[in-house]
Amino acid sequence: MSLTSKTIAELRDGFRAGEFKAREIAEEYNAAVAAAKLLNAYTVETPDEALAAADAADSARLGGDLKPLSGIPLGIKDLFATNGVDTTAGSRILEGFRPTYESTVSGNLRKAGAGMLGKLNMDEFAMGSSNETSAWGPVISPWRRKGSNVGLTPGGSSGGSAAAVAAEIAPGVTGTDTGGSIRQPAAFAGICGIKPTYGRCSRWGIVSFASSLDQAGSMAKTVRDCAILLEAMAGFDPKDSTSLDLPVPQWEANLSSDLKGKHVGIPKEYRIDGVPEDINKLWDQGIEWLKDAGATAVEISLPHTKYALPTYYIIAPAEASSNLARYDGVRYGLRVEGVKTLDDMYAATRADGFGAEVKRRIMIGTYVLSAGFYDAYFTKAQKVRTLIKQDFAKAFEQCDVILTPTAPSAAFGIGETTDPLAMYLNDVFAVPASLAGLPAMSVPGGLDGQGLPLGLHLIGNELDEQTVLNAGLAIEERAGFTARPEKWW
Amino acid sequence: MADAAAPFRIKGETGEWEVVVGLEVHAQVVSNAKLFSGAATAFGAEPNTQVSLVDAAMPGMLPVPNRECIRQAVRTGLALGAKINKWSRFDRKNYFYADLPQGYQISQLYHPLVGEGEVEVLLDDKDETSTKRIGIERIHVEQDAGKLMHDQHPTMSYVDLNRSGVALMEIVSRPDMRSPAEAGAYLRKLRSILRYVGSCDGNMEEGSMRADVNVSVRKPGAEFGTRTETKNVNSVRFVMAVVEHEAKRQVELIESGGTVAQETRLFDPDKGVTRSLRSKEDAHDYRYFPDPDLLPLELDEAFLEDCRKSIPELPDAKRKRYELMGISPYNASVLTAEVETAGWFDALLATDVDPKQASNWTVAELFGALNRRGESMAESPVSPAHAAELLKLVADGTISGTIAKQVFEIMLETGDPASKIVDERGLRQTSDTGAIDAEIDKVLAANADKVAEYKGGKQQLFGFFVGQTMKAMQGKANPQLVNERLRAKLD
Repeated sequence: MSLTSKTIAELRDGFRAGEFKAREIAEEYNAAVAAAKLLNAYTVETPDEALAAADAADSARLGGDLKPLSGIPLGIKDLFATNGVDTTAGSRILEGFRPTYESTVSGNLRKAGAGMLGKLNMDEFAMGSSNETSAWGPVISPWRRKGSNVGLTPGGSSGGSAAAVAAEIAPGVTGTDTGGSIRQPAAFAGICGIKPTYGRCSRWGIVSFASSLDQAGSMAKTVRDCAILLEAMAGFDPKDSTSLDLPVPQWEANLSSDLKGKHVGIPKEYRIDGVPEDINKLWDQGIEWLKDAGATAVEISLPHTKYALPTYYIIAPAEASSNLARYDGVRYGLRVEGVKTLDDMYAATRADGFGAEVKRRIMIGTYVLSAGFYDAYFTKAQKVRTLIKQDFAKAFEQCDVILTPTAPSAAFGIGETTDPLAMYLNDVFAVPASLAGLPAMSVPGGLDGQGLPLGLHLIGNELDEQTVLNAGLAIEERAGFTARPEKWW
Repeated sequence: MADAAAPFRIKGETGEWEVVVGLEVHAQVVSNAKLFSGAATAFGAEPNTQVSLVDAAMPGMLPVPNRECIRQAVRTGLALGAKINKWSRFDRKNYFYADLPQGYQISQLYHPLVGEGEVEVLLDDKDETSTKRIGIERIHVEQDAGKLMHDQHPTMSYVDLNRSGVALMEIVSRPDMRSPAEAGAYLRKLRSILRYVGSCDGNMEEGSMRADVNVSVRKPGAEFGTRTETKNVNSVRFVMAVVEHEAKRQVELIESGGTVAQETRLFDPDKGVTRSLRSKEDAHDYRYFPDPDLLPLELDEAFLEDCRKSIPELPDAKRKRYELMGISPYNASVLTAEVETAGWFDALLATDVDPKQASNWTVAELFGALNRRGESMAESPVSPAHAAELLKLVADGTISGTIAKQVFEIMLETGDPASKIVDERGLRQTSDTGAIDAEIDKVLAANADKVAEYKGGKQQLFGFFVGQTMKAMQGKANPQLVNERLRAKLD
């Protein structure tokens, strides 16, 4: 068994037991990364950083000074500022931007001993569900439909992250989730991905998309690996006012797939038209698996679910339109020269630097915040957001965790979805938890008829990542999902 | 002098007009660090040396409120008797400009930190009853922008972000002022209170305090007219000039058949006029919305109590206390206008001098000397302790008032204490009747003709003899004794 096919827990334990050196892990991954350029998963490869961290880990092991992630190389989504390494958020407007600072989350991972394999491709400014909006070209999913060589999307926006784990060119990665950007690609790629409660992970140093929704999380092959990574990433950060001043739970140590006494909520509003039969079948199967683990299924109602997507597509673009105003060509990143006035420079720079989807959302956001429309759109959306939160609060009086499908479809082909609204529908199941700031996770449940992975989605109560992880583990154990994409790259 | 109570009117062709004025004062908060970053705030540093990653709006940077800036704004609100909102929130004001790195200013539109309050102004220093209350609508805190420099390069403008993110309080008045003088009095009073509280240094030349002046005109008692807003006026004098000029301009405009446009104007201090900057149609749509990077600001009672305890005695209370000590209303008013002056005078009072005499001496002698020397109270070469000693030497008859003036001049030059000067220069007043008598005899002998005139009934010559005797004794004779002895010899 090659090192790249191991889980983080296996790598960690094997390395600690002296079965292999950290340097061997890093070298094997560096080689795999270098050989997978066709996937376009990495925007920057940093093999030297991976080796340096590995050597430090090997020395630490000899000195008996191991840290939680010593010896583990990771991929970092390009939304996280990395000191001295290009950070572009998938956008031309940040081409060549090299921060002099390290995001709190990636810094936490480094402090925990992890190395960095490189920066992972993503939808531009995390706006997209297919990775097709990246200025550096789409990531190609390692998965293919049975008997087809059509290039598929890995989902988005953390598409490079998901593809990297699925293709075993990183044992684990960081992602960010604003409205499904960890969970939908995790489902498409047949891996696990968790977004914790809003505020668990510091947003400091993560390029902002929609501040009230953005949350970092972990993606890996297994539920356990997600727990290991998230524990290292999370924690209070005084540099982020919205960060939660709470200790980080020992999620890994408390993993248990015994769900006796737990109630699993099945929201009736998530049975929507047009969802493939495979997905609804998997959902029913998921319910059975959780029952088998000791849980009781209860039907719940989240009555404002149908307003979640429109609400999200008002709030997220509104915040984004303001958050992205700083990319103005004045201080860093792209500047288009040769124009007369400051306003012309702004217009030319932003016209050149931003892609179509980013421009669309900036315009939507600008519109919903403008005088005369603010109350009708933005204020209204904030009110609906409160109702959606209340829906969940009420539901969690009846249940401990909610089970739904992660996405309404399996991975689709690159270029197949051209209508933005159809694209936005990808996140229909993911967005409500984002609006409510709740922890949520996607766990692979099986393959559809075309041989593509499908995910099951678990939503937990505020701060209760543990129950989400435990339910995820129960599914993982029962699903026995071991499928890996056949290597074609 | 004009009667302060008489309303200010602009005489137009169609009759008298009244001016309506409201001020939005931007006051830089005294704090070592910026509103949302740890960068320093000192004035006059080299460009771009006080800029954090947050101030430069680098990708992924987040604001964290600086508690001290909030405390200062709350203290200001308390000093203005205003309502403190225990729950407030920051909003983003979105617009593009090269001095605004984030592309938005973090401000407070919907839920400001401080609500309604008021300022009582005295329109005439000499008339205690000439007071007027000017309403405060709100105070909110916000970030300052950076500064553009257009004179550094032939074809480019440079940006200095030192000021970017510095905390400002925007103090919004009600449209309660009705004359240039009222606007001036309000701004002076506001500045005085902020400086007492220590929440703003009030330094208008350095831009620490500047005002947006809203002016409209109407026939007395009519509905409010359309207002113009003249931005960034940076002295009391200029604010008064803006009101004066805008009122006249608007009256002339209306009377010649025009209408006042709601617009932003700029003041040209060289020409003393305002000119249009942008009209309402060109006004930005700032797309205000709650800043999602920041949680609502919630203040607890303990914090407010700490703020309350830290408010010093304010000018009005101090003025009233001085008056109760027997100090004249005028003296009390001028002694309390500036926090440095009041501090200096409080220290003098603490030495047990006679308050009334001390106030007269301070206002007449010390203010006069400082004025002449172009020095502020903070720069006064004479300390309250030294002044107290000088006043005591006069009070106990050690030196005469005339000698005291000489001693004071020497104190100003040397900084020495009065007793040292008096001793070293032999200026102690003499009550030696023998010496006085001897000099009186010489004066009378030398002025026999005048003695005759005096005895013939020209009583006013008595002062002449006193003066001659004092002069002969180099001012050191006890004037009371000189009087007594002269009367004994002449009458």
